[in-house]
Amino acid sequence: MTDKTTTATPAPILSVRDLNLFYGEKQALKNIQLDMHRNQVTAFIGPSGCGKSTLLRCFNRMNDLVESARIDGSIRLDGEEINAPTTDVISLRRRVGMVFQQSNPFPKSIYENIVYGMRIAGNNNKSELEETVERSLKAAAIWDEVKDRLHDSALGLSGGQAQRICIARAIAVNPEIILMDEPCSALDPISTLKIEELIEELKRKYTIIIVTHNMQQAARVSDVTGFFYLGELIECGTTRTMFTNPEKKQTEDYITGRFG
Amino acid sequence: MKKFWKTGEPCVLATGAALAVILVMTLTLVGVVISNGFGFFWPRELVRLELKDGGIVLGQVMAREKNPVNGTRRLQLKVSNRDLYGQDFRWIDEQDITGRSVPADAVLVERREHGNFTGFLTGLSIEGLATATTGNLHETLEKARQAIKEKLAEEQVIRSRMTRLNERAERLRLKLLSLEYRGRQAAEIAEMTATREKLLAEFNTLNDQAAALHAAIARHSAQMTDATGTAKDIPLVDIVRVQQPNSMSFVAKTAAYASKLRELLFDDPRESNTEGGLFPAIFGTVMMVMLMSVFSLPFGVIAAVYLREYARDGIMTRLVRIAVNNLAGVPSIVYGVFGLGFFVYGVGGGIDKLLFPERLPTPTFGTGGILWSSLTLALLTVPVVIVATEESLASIPRGIREGSLALGATRFQTLTRILLPMATPGIMTGLILAMARAAGEVAPLMVVGVVKLAPSLPFDLNFPFFHMDRKFMHLGFHIYDVGFQSPNVEAAKPMVYITTLLLLAIVIIACSTAIYLRNQMRRKYTTSNF
Repeated sequence: MTDKTTTATPAPILSVRDLNLFYGEKQALKNIQLDMHRNQVTAFIGPSGCGKSTLLRCFNRMNDLVESARIDGSIRLDGEEINAPTTDVISLRRRVGMVFQQSNPFPKSIYENIVYGMRIAGNNNKSELEETVERSLKAAAIWDEVKDRLHDSALGLSGGQAQRICIARAIAVNPEIILMDEPCSALDPISTLKIEELIEELKRKYTIIIVTHNMQQAARVSDVTGFFYLGELIECGTTRTMFTNPEKKQTEDYITGRFG
Repeated sequence: MKKFWKTGEPCVLATGAALAVILVMTLTLVGVVISNGFGFFWPRELVRLELKDGGIVLGQVMAREKNPVNGTRRLQLKVSNRDLYGQDFRWIDEQDITGRSVPADAVLVERREHGNFTGFLTGLSIEGLATATTGNLHETLEKARQAIKEKLAEEQVIRSRMTRLNERAERLRLKLLSLEYRGRQAAEIAEMTATREKLLAEFNTLNDQAAALHAAIARHSAQMTDATGTAKDIPLVDIVRVQQPNSMSFVAKTAAYASKLRELLFDDPRESNTEGGLFPAIFGTVMMVMLMSVFSLPFGVIAAVYLREYARDGIMTRLVRIAVNNLAGVPSIVYGVFGLGFFVYGVGGGIDKLLFPERLPTPTFGTGGILWSSLTLALLTVPVVIVATEESLASIPRGIREGSLALGATRFQTLTRILLPMATPGIMTGLILAMARAAGEVAPLMVVGVVKLAPSLPFDLNFPFFHMDRKFMHLGFHIYDVGFQSPNVEAAKPMVYITTLLLLAIVIIACSTAIYLRNQMRRKYTTSNF
């Protein structure tokens, strides 16, 4: 827990205004207002089905894949509206990387997993690819574990390793923001600890938004915490304030484990 | 008792029993086919039987059974000598047999015509054939046949030159036809006509040469007698094989067996398909199945990709999916009729009108052929490929797709780089099923291009190598033709078993190869579960 003064930060990297999202008739997000700042870790907490993952998936427009989803309101990345019809989804997704709940390495070698993002962008320069592999694997703190078997299948890795490969894969395309959707929920405590340490490292270079069910995790890794309930953002503030002195009763109840 | 039912144990037993029944039936089928098919080539001894009525017969015992008329045992004797007796087989009651012997010098002659001859060798007329005669008649016969073989090879050289000439002349004829049709200058036509005449003249000279050569060799013959002493002259050129099965050692019998097997796999059929080899049918079947895969696989995969990845999941998509699934239940003969109407008469007729109008009314593509057969079968098997591909695409976890898209891949990149490779094992399963189905399908082929005897293979060394318009032979049709349309069904029976066995073997080989490839890929692309 670093104690940066968030008020001094200038323009937010991501700002959400009046965001409503519907799955068919059902409203999943209600009138969300939220700012996220550079080089900070923002955690979304809340009970299952409260819309925190849905909001996360709005930031790289993964909800485009859900046919029934309809969005109104505004999400600006560096001041640019990401839901505008003119926005290039491909380049948006390269700026906003994502790590999923279930680690999802491709059935390829570790090396090919990492360079996938560069290959699909048409970069096949061997030395650049190799350099990226080393840089991203080091950044994801897994270089020492896999450097001797880069060309083995990524499917042979343990859950924690695979998740760090997925983080390395996201880093490889140099995103500005990394979205993490419950990245540790399928992992054992030791792997979880490694990922948490990694998040601590990564926030020097990247902005991180993490969804978690684990209150302690939010308390440990995040600078800012948002609490969601039934599609609404109930409260958002610095993690310290949220966990010690929340404004809303609901937040306090949830954090202290009285409901949820 | 009630408790016993509740444990679910009886259901487990029932499932086991069902599997056992299926296994037993399959194994019985394969066993019957194998024992009847493989036993056929083993040289059987020639038995000489003296009968109550004074008759003497010589032949191979093929079967024993109870006579349904008088209840005694009887045996089926393959007496051969169809040209002398009118039939190959005789049933003889065992009680009519008074004497039985196995003469060591009895011979079995396989001939190019009229089936086998069984009897005894009494002499040779081989004047003029430069062969050293030894005291042993059989050895001399072997040497004479060797000499004849060399002469026949000479004749074959001439014949193949004739074939090439004939093909050139035929190409010229077709070119001429098209020139005339388009009304080109007379000079060009005259020049080509002259060339063609020259080719034909050359052809005729060669033909005369070959005929003279053949007549010269055909003079030589072996004198034989059957069991009762009736003499028969057999020209040496007509003899395919001579055996003395009664005095053959085990090694010799094995060699004879191997030689028959080789003939089966690599030679052309003889005697309206009941003898000789199956090579054209094997070739036709394999080529047709491969062509079918070439058409069916890409179409099926593309259709499935659209259905699963791009089409909106609505009523239309669901209807199409149901239709595709039901397509697999349409009787195959209906596909045959559709193929005949659409491919052969429609597309083929159209191609003829467009590209070969000068040859009409003789059809080129507007008649059954291997191309139309493969397309018809591709149509028949494409639902299998579609269903298998869709299933395997559907089984890829959502996270994999999202992972790829989240890295900035387009849907198409995700499809080609991640999804299709991962779906390959499933697609291969579909292809395996499709191939197995296509190889065994006969009914639709009978109307779109299979023939009893094809004059040439659909692939040869003459440009353009693959002759898609040609008719072809097929093992499945061969079974039907030899088993049910043959004038001499009893003699053809072993051939039916052998053909079935080969067809089974081809399907098993093709499927094993595909399964091997699939397992290799599966190892590469298995998703591990955490």
